[in-house]
Amino acid sequence: MDFLNAIIVLFNFTVIPALAYGSQLALGAIFVTLIYAVLRFANFATGDMMSFGTMFAVILTYYFQSLGFGLGFLPTALLTIPFAILMMILYMLIIDKFVFSYYRVKKSPPVQFAMVSVGVMFVTQALIRIIIGPSDRRFLDGEKFIIKATEFKEMTGLAEGITLKSTQAITIIVTLIVVSIMFWFLNRTKTGTSMRAYSDNEDLALLSGIDPKRVVLITWVIAGILATIGGVLYGLDKSYRPFVYFNNMLPIFAAAIVGGIGNPFGAFLGGYVIAFAEIFVTYAYKRFISYLLPEHLEPDSLLQLLSTDYKFAVSFSILVIVLLIRPSGIFKGKVI
Amino acid sequence: MRNYKNVIAAYSIMIFLIILVGIFQSWSIALTILNYCLISAVMTIGANIQWGYAGLINFGIMGYTALGGLAVVLVSVEPVKKAWQVGGLNILACIWIIVAIIFVVKFILNRFDKSKLRNYSVASVILGGIILLRVTAAPGIEAIESVDPAKTGFLGGMGLPVLFSWIVGALLAGSLAFVIGKIALGLRADYLAIATLLIAEIIVSIIKHEEWLARGVKNVIGLKRPAPYEINLQTSEWFINLVAKFNSSKLNLINSISDKQEALNQMVIDASSVYVKLCFTGLFLTVVIILLIVTQKALYSPWGRKMRAIRDNEEAASAMGKNIVKEHLLIFILGSAIVGLAGAMMVTNDGLFTPGSYRPMRYTFVIWVMVIVGGTGNNFGAILGGFVVWFLWVEAAPIALFLINLFTSHLPETNAVRVHLIESAPYFRFLVIGIGLLLIMRYRPQGIIPEKIIKQ
Repeated sequence: MDFLNAIIVLFNFTVIPALAYGSQLALGAIFVTLIYAVLRFANFATGDMMSFGTMFAVILTYYFQSLGFGLGFLPTALLTIPFAILMMILYMLIIDKFVFSYYRVKKSPPVQFAMVSVGVMFVTQALIRIIIGPSDRRFLDGEKFIIKATEFKEMTGLAEGITLKSTQAITIIVTLIVVSIMFWFLNRTKTGTSMRAYSDNEDLALLSGIDPKRVVLITWVIAGILATIGGVLYGLDKSYRPFVYFNNMLPIFAAAIVGGIGNPFGAFLGGYVIAFAEIFVTYAYKRFISYLLPEHLEPDSLLQLLSTDYKFAVSFSILVIVLLIRPSGIFKGKVI
Repeated sequence: MRNYKNVIAAYSIMIFLIILVGIFQSWSIALTILNYCLISAVMTIGANIQWGYAGLINFGIMGYTALGGLAVVLVSVEPVKKAWQVGGLNILACIWIIVAIIFVVKFILNRFDKSKLRNYSVASVILGGIILLRVTAAPGIEAIESVDPAKTGFLGGMGLPVLFSWIVGALLAGSLAFVIGKIALGLRADYLAIATLLIAEIIVSIIKHEEWLARGVKNVIGLKRPAPYEINLQTSEWFINLVAKFNSSKLNLINSISDKQEALNQMVIDASSVYVKLCFTGLFLTVVIILLIVTQKALYSPWGRKMRAIRDNEEAASAMGKNIVKEHLLIFILGSAIVGLAGAMMVTNDGLFTPGSYRPMRYTFVIWVMVIVGGTGNNFGAILGGFVVWFLWVEAAPIALFLINLFTSHLPETNAVRVHLIESAPYFRFLVIGIGLLLIMRYRPQGIIPEKIIKQ
């Protein structure tokens, strides 16, 4: 019985949150990796682009709520995602047309692209703050929990309970659906294959009649979908705050590089690697251990490897270690 | 001489703009902006050495700035004796443990061939070391942080003069750069950018959360100053006389003695703040000029030509027998040390150390915009970039507010759009900087004052 309790404690406080957080990171990391593979630069505007898409979802959620639309027990935000995606793609295409395409035609070095994306980051951040403001917003409605700890305890008769928030379940399910569709698209359809060919060898792809404009367009469309969904899911789970989204760019980068930049499947797994590492290293194991050990051996300290303040630092250290030992990432990067 | 015309013109415009601020807003604000411009100029000199001379992307400027700031606290604050008594031993023991870990890891790496066993043993040494560190440090940290937590709760510094900390800041940042350079310099350009950015985040989060070191997010206030304090100035005879002399024509217009005294008092208060800021300006200007001379000399020395050769074609330079790894590391250390110096200067100027304020937006990306806008590879350009961008960063909000008021003046005061725009005026600075950067990148990629190669 104690053993079961220990497992449930671990599951409730580490595995479930890590799965949800990892899914959000994974979507962002695939976004980074796609841009890197096809357009060949590190996009420093990642976090703010995700924030930009989420902003529309937030505004539309408020609008729909005022109209009285809703999805019942599901959050209204899910209904707004398609519209937000459309706006996001539109914004990305405008940015691409006026900013990135010039450097792509000139074949500028990736460093210049990165600096340009810093400029885009500034502009996006300004637009977000001017449109919606920098404050913290919650836009979750509908049912909050799927399983509550008390209900779980009553059901099973255990001392520890499992809490499953609806946002966590939605995050994991939506991520799985989106990612499987995306992999199917990249690997099984003709357009996906042409994207992979373009990423692999641009000149050869051009020779075999692949239209680069179309590839770029589709990349931005997929990027827009990933960025908006990732952003909205994160906002639903925690809350929407532009500054936090900018900061999230860093673990997302870490996930993309750890997984092998340019490799979408690597980025997908990288998100979970980073999330699990962050949570496992900063979790206090006292309660878990106290179930396993006999009473007189119970530990005094929290049994925490690092305090939760260092959550981000953990993922960055992993990144540094990966860069040192295996710069191409866990799964060999640079092809989609 | 013709070559220098645009440099002189650009700097004159910049100084004119600052004087305009002095006339329209106040001299105190103008001097504050000028001081920050000078500090930014030091940072851009550092970043320009790395990017302009050698083509290294360092997005970790924030980390070195924070470390320079930390140096001010560690050097100038009086030591907290009680904290040393209760927890000093533990902290010293920790330092020895860290040194021991480094030596053991080095020993293993040198002694054994590359193998899985070696990796695992290195990992287990580090992990065991961290656990040992935590066990040793925990009681000490707890004791230190409980020593008068509202005021101290940290070890304090060495109680030395604050100017000394500028050198220490540079040294600290330089030695950190040595470690980071060893780890990350082999990476490709964009990886290097990301890696340095993330490492800087780690450093800032350590400074933020290790409260025994420098109070963390609780901030250290009331740091020493290399300049006199306003209060002391306001009561000293010579300063009041000086102010009276300066404003004698204005004072003579006032007839009644009591009014005259009151006006003089107000003038003394204003003048004292300006005087203190002028002292800082003098100090900072000296630093900028010294750095400018040194970097200019370096740029046109054989060493500078070698750096440019490495930047423009690594393979060719390597084939000519230049040690690229060593030169890159050297320039990485030099540039970072200058950034550390700037960080120390900034904390000295503010008189307080606020680790929570170190954010990549302000301390990495804005500095990079300065370098790009000003002109990479040209020190005059980099300094000008520091001035222009900092000026825009500060003055964008008032200018935006003015323009918003101008364009919405036909709308009623309570109009929702107008109210919303006025509320969001501070964020126009991001817009101005971003659009400025994009325009410069597109139409003048070499910056306002481009790099000049003097054929020798």
